[in-house]
Amino acid sequence: MKLDTLGLLAVQFALLSLFAVGGAMAVLPEIHRQAVDVSHWLTDRQFADVVAIAQAAPGPNIMLVTLIGYQAAGLAGAMVATLAMCAPSCLITFFVSRIFDRFKDAKWRIVVQAGLVPVSVGLFAAGTFVVARAADRNLVAVAITFATAAVSYWTKLSPLWLFATAGALGYLGFV
Amino acid sequence: MIPPNPPSRSPEKPPHPTVPELFRAFFMMALHGFGGVLPWARRAIVEEKHWMTAQEFNEAFAVAQFLPGANVVNLAVVFGGQLHGAAGAAAALIGLLLPPTVIILVLGVLYSRFGDVEALQRVLVGVAAAAAGLIGAMTVKMTLPLLREGALALAIAAVGFVAVGFLRYPLPLVLIVLAPVSIAFAAWVRR
Repeated sequence: MKLDTLGLLAVQFALLSLFAVGGAMAVLPEIHRQAVDVSHWLTDRQFADVVAIAQAAPGPNIMLVTLIGYQAAGLAGAMVATLAMCAPSCLITFFVSRIFDRFKDAKWRIVVQAGLVPVSVGLFAAGTFVVARAADRNLVAVAITFATAAVSYWTKLSPLWLFATAGALGYLGFV
Repeated sequence: MIPPNPPSRSPEKPPHPTVPELFRAFFMMALHGFGGVLPWARRAIVEEKHWMTAQEFNEAFAVAQFLPGANVVNLAVVFGGQLHGAAGAAAALIGLLLPPTVIILVLGVLYSRFGDVEALQRVLVGVAAAAAGLIGAMTVKMTLPLLREGALALAIAAVGFVAVGFLRYPLPLVLIVLAPVSIAFAAWVRR
């Protein structure tokens, strides 16, 4: 049973790794679909928690898959998910970036690069929407989301202060 | 004994980090990277260590962003690979991923043990809402430059958003349809 889960984690995240155009946020709706709706590794609430923990911890936000792997199949699951999410895209990057330099000014490369930008922006927004919907279950939470977005957009305040403030509001029972 | 003069590097010749230096640099970046490692990567590589000029960094980042995978993870692979081939890429990558993996695993163990504690649940509800807000601010920052690209680019972003975010179509399907269309539009605009 556990081996099945490990295999599923490996295959799913390795595949998603190849489609992560613009990074982890692009694949977040798909991860949510697989982990919450299809495989039931986490509840919607746990998904929001796990995203929050990955955001609050240092490091690339792709580390989210480590937590999902852990929830699905413990330590082995965490390792398999992390490796599967990183290895294929890293190998592609390693080999393609070596030949890519040659085409730095080639028209096709400029066109392909420009064409992928709107796609990755749309996918990033979709990831944001899925996270917000899992996290914001009442109006106070929605207000915290908008306030945090505004402060983070207009100031250079460290995100740790925002997490601390929001966590304190939650602890005191306002959310 | 401390050597009297640490080896100084001439400013005109860009210093060339060794493999262990690459590992250490990305290790430290990962530890600092609350809410995203990329600003720290730029600061360390371009401003502090002068391993790349701003222009070189932007070019490396363009490749990292274009290829699938987390941007900063790809950046480590591109940068390490440029300097020391596979060994450099592996050193930068492991340096970048090791500290966050250990930290996140500790947090994951704590979460699975104490996640049901009522007080912690209340805290996490607040933190999760804030995390969504931080990502929201990033979305806005990414969308604004797109406004200059025109209605077509915005329409493609909107289709991707609705298809994946609302309709929950599988990502591979959406990408296989949307990416070629978007690239074709980009080619048509630049014809």
